[in-house]
Amino acid sequence: MSTQTIEQAVEKKPAEAILSKRRKKFINDPLSEDNPITVQVLGICSALAVTTQMKPTLTLAISVIFVMIFSNLIISLMRSLVPTRVRIIVQLAVIATLVTLVSEVLMAYQYDMYKELSVFVGLIITNCIVMGRLEAFALANKPWDSVLDAVGNGLGYSWIILAVAFFREIFGSGKIFGWPVFEAMGLENFPINGLMVTPVGAFFILGMIIWVQRNRTGFVEH
Amino acid sequence: MQQSNTYVIVFSAILTIVLGGLLSLANQGLKPMQQKSVELDTKKKILSAVTDLKGKKGNEILELYGQTIESIVVNLDGDPVEKDEKGSDIEAEKVNIAKNFKKAPEDRMYPVFKYHKAGDKDAVEAYIFPVYGKGLWGPIWGFIALETDLNTIKGTSFDHKSETPGLGSRITSTEVRNRYNGKKVFDDSGNLVSISMLKGENNSPNVLDDHHIDGLSGATLTAYGVNDMLDSYFKYYQGYINKLKNATEKVALLY
Repeated sequence: MSTQTIEQAVEKKPAEAILSKRRKKFINDPLSEDNPITVQVLGICSALAVTTQMKPTLTLAISVIFVMIFSNLIISLMRSLVPTRVRIIVQLAVIATLVTLVSEVLMAYQYDMYKELSVFVGLIITNCIVMGRLEAFALANKPWDSVLDAVGNGLGYSWIILAVAFFREIFGSGKIFGWPVFEAMGLENFPINGLMVTPVGAFFILGMIIWVQRNRTGFVEH
Repeated sequence: MQQSNTYVIVFSAILTIVLGGLLSLANQGLKPMQQKSVELDTKKKILSAVTDLKGKKGNEILELYGQTIESIVVNLDGDPVEKDEKGSDIEAEKVNIAKNFKKAPEDRMYPVFKYHKAGDKDAVEAYIFPVYGKGLWGPIWGFIALETDLNTIKGTSFDHKSETPGLGSRITSTEVRNRYNGKKVFDDSGNLVSISMLKGENNSPNVLDDHHIDGLSGATLTAYGVNDMLDSYFKYYQGYINKLKNATEKVALLY
């Protein structure tokens, strides 16, 4: 009996693959089935506010992914040290520090983008997705798993806001990444839709994305 | 142990010190780059009122600026101001137009940027004046360049904080800015008329005289904001403009 248990312990030892099936789920799930925006309906504010054009949206997406990866990593590394009574404040402090860093770097190297995004970089702090993942995942999981979870949720957030921005920019301003699409196609008088540049336009697009997605995945809210 | 008050306080203190230190390090380290970015941005805006900067890199723009721009600061009467209230030197590029906008017109400082031939300070080709005002959703600002007759618009550059993308934000586009070129600020007898953007777009050419330009469809309120901004700032700079005109007339009389 005793030899058996030892054998079992030895068998368990080999480390889990860096991208094992279980870990791949951390990345794949938030992209569609457990998407932070369309399924959990978090981070809607920024999805409406910055998505009038693709370029600022991409910058914001990259910033959010950066903040998520590092806040998840840091909180996960500290998870056994963080006193439960002040954990929310600790999470907030870590996120705020990372966001301020992003904002400072943008101001130094991408000043035009910094001006354009203005207040929305600072508002990453209040993006529920970031803190939601810290509270729900990083506090209870190992660093690498937390990083994967951050990448998954960050990408899940990014592809939705980029999709919204794509439709809003092309129908609202007739451009993609500032490049005039309709003019290039020879449709100089293609009517643009002013509704798309207002936040209302984002609601419509977001609603349609959620509709299409839930139709495909069969997700129903209970 | 981890739940004891001492632990919580010590943990929070260490966390605060570490994060705070990190931030101040980053701030100090990035400060030179940030100041350069802000400076480049201002100089780019000033120069883009008189020349096309397309394809020029940051250092080239700064170099061009150094060669072609001479700046002074004047008050409402048009007299040069060299020291601020505290007695330190004023740099025209550092004058914060937005902060000045909150003061009464007679207390403000008015920077003037003279665009001259590269290296030759006397061969002035244009006078560039900063302007600042209210758009539909937030502040709008820009630079207006006048030819040496101090009447004809040589060029403009506008920027805005939060005008509607695709509508009001079009004031930054080259096509809209170019509509101002060649328009006149004063009428034949020298009275200030300013230049107004009309309501609606594709107005008939009959109404687009020396003091009126075609408007922005769907952004009439932004256009009116621009009109007010130009009108009030031409008034503020009138003291300086009149002094300059008198000076040039005197020079002409001497010959």
